[in-house]
Amino acid sequence: MTAMRTFEGLDRCSVRTMIELQDLTKRFDGFTAVDGVTLSVRPGEILALLGPNGAGKTTTVRMLGGILAPTAGRAVVDGRDVVREPQEVRRRVGLLTEHPGLYLRMRGDDYLHFFGRMMGLSAEVCRTRAASLLRQFGMAEAAERRMGTYSKGMRQKMALARAMLHDPPVLLLDEPTSAMDPHSAKLVRDAITGLRHHQRAIVICTHNLAVAEALADRIAIIQRGRIIAEGTLRELRARILGPPLMELRLGHAVDGTAELIADLVEIEARGEDWLRYATSDPEMVNPQLLRSLAQRDVRVVTLSRVPRSLEEVYLRAVRGIGEERMRVVDGRVVTES
Amino acid sequence: MVWALMEREIRDTLRDWRMVIPILILTLLFPLLMSFVADMALGWVAKYGAPIVGERMMPFLLLVVGFFPISFSLVIALETFVGEKERNSLEPLLATPLSDTQLYLGKTLAAMIPPLLAAYLGITVYIAGLYVFEGWLPSATLLVLIVLLTTAEGLVMVSGAVVVSSQTTSVRAANLLASFIIIPVAFLMQAEALIMFWANYHVLWWILAFLIVVDVILIRMGIHIFNREFLLGREIDRLDVPYIWRTFWARMAWQRWAFGLDPDKLPGWLAWLGVVGGLYRYRLPSIVSGSWMAVATVVVALGLSAGVGLSFARWYPLPSHFLQLDQVSPEMFTELPAIDWLPSFTVWGVLANNIRALVGATLLAVFSFGALAIVLLMAPMAIIFFFVVQAANAGFDPALFFGAFVMPHGILELPAAILSTAVAVRMGAVFMSPPEGMTVGQGFLRAVADFLTLFVALVLPLLALAAVLEVHVTPAVVIWAFGR
Repeated sequence: MTAMRTFEGLDRCSVRTMIELQDLTKRFDGFTAVDGVTLSVRPGEILALLGPNGAGKTTTVRMLGGILAPTAGRAVVDGRDVVREPQEVRRRVGLLTEHPGLYLRMRGDDYLHFFGRMMGLSAEVCRTRAASLLRQFGMAEAAERRMGTYSKGMRQKMALARAMLHDPPVLLLDEPTSAMDPHSAKLVRDAITGLRHHQRAIVICTHNLAVAEALADRIAIIQRGRIIAEGTLRELRARILGPPLMELRLGHAVDGTAELIADLVEIEARGEDWLRYATSDPEMVNPQLLRSLAQRDVRVVTLSRVPRSLEEVYLRAVRGIGEERMRVVDGRVVTES
Repeated sequence: MVWALMEREIRDTLRDWRMVIPILILTLLFPLLMSFVADMALGWVAKYGAPIVGERMMPFLLLVVGFFPISFSLVIALETFVGEKERNSLEPLLATPLSDTQLYLGKTLAAMIPPLLAAYLGITVYIAGLYVFEGWLPSATLLVLIVLLTTAEGLVMVSGAVVVSSQTTSVRAANLLASFIIIPVAFLMQAEALIMFWANYHVLWWILAFLIVVDVILIRMGIHIFNREFLLGREIDRLDVPYIWRTFWARMAWQRWAFGLDPDKLPGWLAWLGVVGGLYRYRLPSIVSGSWMAVATVVVALGLSAGVGLSFARWYPLPSHFLQLDQVSPEMFTELPAIDWLPSFTVWGVLANNIRALVGATLLAVFSFGALAIVLLMAPMAIIFFFVVQAANAGFDPALFFGAFVMPHGILELPAAILSTAVAVRMGAVFMSPPEGMTVGQGFLRAVADFLTLFVALVLPLLALAAVLEVHVTPAVVIWAFGR
């Protein structure tokens, strides 16, 4: 048995790309599942890959994991090309698959020992790591039970432990908090955050926008095999939703207040006692606006930024692409190619 | 890592009581029962003065007792990949650093070892029982032979089943395809039974050698066509007829010959001629050059078969009066003995017979990785050279015999048969080793397209000309060379 590779130097490495995709493409029998995806992930960075079902997330992750070979383009994981050195890539990647994929007749500890051996860990290291991970995920007491008796959440945690067992520099996690209760989900999020602090490069595929928003440093939205938006949440908000939206709440009906500030901002929406406007420079515009209103004895209750969630970003991004390609014909929505 | 994989698979198998209990019954109870049956049978047949039947039955039952436990290996092996795929546990395994070969071998060995150990144990129990009941022990040679045969048969079943398991998308489909493994092995068992009752044990060594070759082919084939993408990606087997047609038709296309002129300015009739010309200038040469390895294999096999014919002629010489070539006459060719299955000696009769033989060889090639197509062509060559030596034994010039009886039509018929057989061999071999970057299906469609093109455009015209020569020229040459 070989000793566990500690991937020495990872914590001390200079900032370099741990995952690099260039025009990565995958076609199956004439169907293009992934089309020219270009992305990069640095050590200590979490990239969330969001997209509707069938967008190409799992296929992308499988290529990064060295399981599928790309049709075109290039992917390098920890300096290893996925086409030329798939075995080395698989050694460096911890993959949490879409389904836990456990051997239900096996005990939890035996399962981790088996996969530890598959990843080339020595028996002692395997035992130590497995025990540590089981404790971390609150699974120590269930370790000696057959996994067929585990709940869904426990199976998911076991699968995540399997992915982390050999301490890989890269983790590819497909729905890591799926089927978990809030406590378990928090354990998992904490574990992922801990991995980031240890300079691991992590890609999370998820539909759970709350998880993506909470964990991701950067987000990539994929649809029909293509990346349609990519960046930090702040960048995506600005790019897709436009300037920040401010809400002005008054102590009385809006009436003619909109006209008072029309030269400063353009009103986006209004209610009985509130106005909303967008501004790309709130630090400059807001004080001016408040001064203007104060001079006219307008009672301002609050001026606050309207929170814009990742969900809004995502739906606008996905629908935006969809709307361009959709039109109504004879009362039916048809998609143009 | 292979050992770890194997160990896990074996433990998982043995955790399933539905596997363990039948294996135990077949390993322990069944052999004891067979010992008892053999003992009873021995006494019963001896009462009727036929002890030989009982004596021959004991080694045969040794084979049966070893075979029954390994039949379970089929069940384990059939679900080894596709079962994991259905349970969604395959992808984590594919994500480990195991290479395709390590994964494939680990699973094959894991499917094979428990049933094989059970078979050995069953054989031991049977022999022990017979020794207690009858004081009978097999000879060391026979015991080694049976153990090796059992091992080889088990490996054939397992390696074939693992190939099926890695190429299907459901356990149900794999179980249905298992009949392609069970039926030939069942026939083989019956052949072995006949041989054992006939006590021609040395023939079983040849069968063992054949099984070893099949084992190597199946394992190599399985590793070569193992495809992670297919395992993960395909969810439903469906017959995509339009895709099949498109793939096939794309291969049937060829470049038009422009006769050195501007292709866009060719008159209609010349353009059409260019299509035909392109077939013979570009397409057929590319098929033949692409089949050079198969052609070489067929030629070497024909050389070997000539050697076999020569050898048999020396071992089994015919009486000298059997070949009365100096009595040959024109009527001899038209008044051949009235045997139904011999073709009539007409152009159409000869042509139809040759076409039937080559098409039949092609069909056999598909089910034998190409081997039977070669064997079918070797047989007539061996027969020809058998008679060449017989002619020499009877005092005739063997070269003249060959030149008169074979060459006039053989000069066209032999190349046609060799080319047709070579492309048929490619069709069969594609299951073992598809072309780089292609699936087995794509490789097969391509080989079928090549075969049809070659057969219609080249082989058929050659055979037709050869049939004319065989009926109208060869008899005249033979009579000129030998006759009165």
